[in-house]
Amino acid sequence: MKLHPVDPSTLLTCHHVTCAYGETVVVSDVTFALAAGDFAGIVGPSGSGKTTLLKAILGSVTPVHGDITMRDGARLGYVPQVESVDWNFPVTVLEVIAMTRGQKKWWPRITPAERKEAEEVLDRLGLGGLGGRHIRELSGGQQQRVFVARALFHRPDILVLDEPTSGVDVRTRHEVLHLLADLHEQGMTVLLTTHDLNGLAAHLPRLVCLNKEIIADGSPREVLVPDVLERLYGAPMHVLEHGGMPVVLDHANEAVVRRFRGRAG
Amino acid sequence: MSAMIALDLAEPYGFEFFRNGVLVAVVAGALSGLLGVFVVLRGMSYIGHGLSHAVFGGAAASAVMGFNYFIGAGLWGIASGVLIGRIARKRLIGADAAIGVVTTASFALGLALLNRYGQAQRSIEAVLFGSVLGVRTADIIAVAVVAVLATAVIVVGYRRFLFSTFDPDVAEVTGVRVSWMEAALMIMLSLTILVTMRVIGTLLISALLVIPAATARMLTNRFARMLWISPVIGASAAFLGMNLAYHTDTSASAMIILVGAAAFTVVYFGLGVRGRRRVAALGHL
Repeated sequence: MKLHPVDPSTLLTCHHVTCAYGETVVVSDVTFALAAGDFAGIVGPSGSGKTTLLKAILGSVTPVHGDITMRDGARLGYVPQVESVDWNFPVTVLEVIAMTRGQKKWWPRITPAERKEAEEVLDRLGLGGLGGRHIRELSGGQQQRVFVARALFHRPDILVLDEPTSGVDVRTRHEVLHLLADLHEQGMTVLLTTHDLNGLAAHLPRLVCLNKEIIADGSPREVLVPDVLERLYGAPMHVLEHGGMPVVLDHANEAVVRRFRGRAG
Repeated sequence: MSAMIALDLAEPYGFEFFRNGVLVAVVAGALSGLLGVFVVLRGMSYIGHGLSHAVFGGAAASAVMGFNYFIGAGLWGIASGVLIGRIARKRLIGADAAIGVVTTASFALGLALLNRYGQAQRSIEAVLFGSVLGVRTADIIAVAVVAVLATAVIVVGYRRFLFSTFDPDVAEVTGVRVSWMEAALMIMLSLTILVTMRVIGTLLISALLVIPAATARMLTNRFARMLWISPVIGASAAFLGMNLAYHTDTSASAMIILVGAAAFTVVYFGLGVRGRRRVAALGHL
């Protein structure tokens, strides 16, 4: 990785990053930086390169062009999609959390110090007392929080989440959103991918709109606008305002838009 | 009366070949049980089956070419194991089909070589179905060395093995060299098959890798517990199977697998309706 002169508060920089699978370019010339304390979401339609860019940041995909730099010693804590987890695997909550540490130890048991720290993380995420439970015995929100806890136990500088609200119910989505907002308030830098514009993206302070290349980068008010959304999704979209927040509707919901506007008027 | 039964049960232990056979079978059962945990949890049952066939090719080739069995079949087995691991991980052209081609081709080559150049019938039967008669000191040492080595590697690499089995993508991102862990596992699996094959035989070895671990999975929801319950089941099945085989004059390997299968069945029905429903929901079984 090459180093670029960066602002001292910058934790992560993507510099003209291009990723391809064979001849097919999936991410093209992407440049953006993440500063300490940022709370950003990468949004875009399916196949827009969100996951590939995330994998490049995590180091599991090598860009064919450009480079990704992290502040010296900065660590990533990764939370995968809940849908990718094998919930039948025979592990307890505590074992899941302890996986990220002590991999070079000669003795496999969780030490008292690790147990204490893991229990503190669990308490912090409202999972106190659940360390001995099998992961399947938890509710949807608790299951998602276990994987956030595992990432936090890795002592990350940036928390990276892949589609944290994909495949979860409305209640769990609220729980995840509140949890991430709390962590951000406590100083954690958060980067996530999502295709959930209204349920998640609209609530984030910063959105990076990606469709192979960056279409826009800014607050939801700045980027969730018809012009940007049409370039992002390749189809016209409506944007309404509800409770001071942008609400995105596609053309299929024309009737809803008319009724909503009529009621608002 | 009871003294007569005791004497009868002790009778086979008067023969050195039986004592050696029991020793190798029990250690092999425990070793297969230990590695079987990874085979079952990673959904690699077919890989275990294929690998035993691949090792057979190496065993036949080394026998025909006058190579030392452990070196010839060992190198062949390790190469096949690593290759199979890579195919399975990279999801190249249909992993199942590719594994099927590689391993059955190796098996067929072994058969052809033994037919053409070996003492065909005897060698083939011994390798396919195993034989307690042929157990030598070298086999005891080999199985003991592999058992100690595999236990040490799994204890030392416990968290890395657990992490890369449960969540390989995140393990990789967190700094675990998943490909190394998989290669280590495939090498241990190849070595286990190599040192177990002479007693259990190629055709039944995959059952010894799967049955104890699958039974242990039904009994516990904890990975660490599976790692000792499964070897205990494997070793017990081997011990009981060997003794039953002597007294009923049947194949030792077949009896070992039948005892294991009986343990699986007893545990399955012992779980009750709720337990069976829970087991049915497990993706691993």
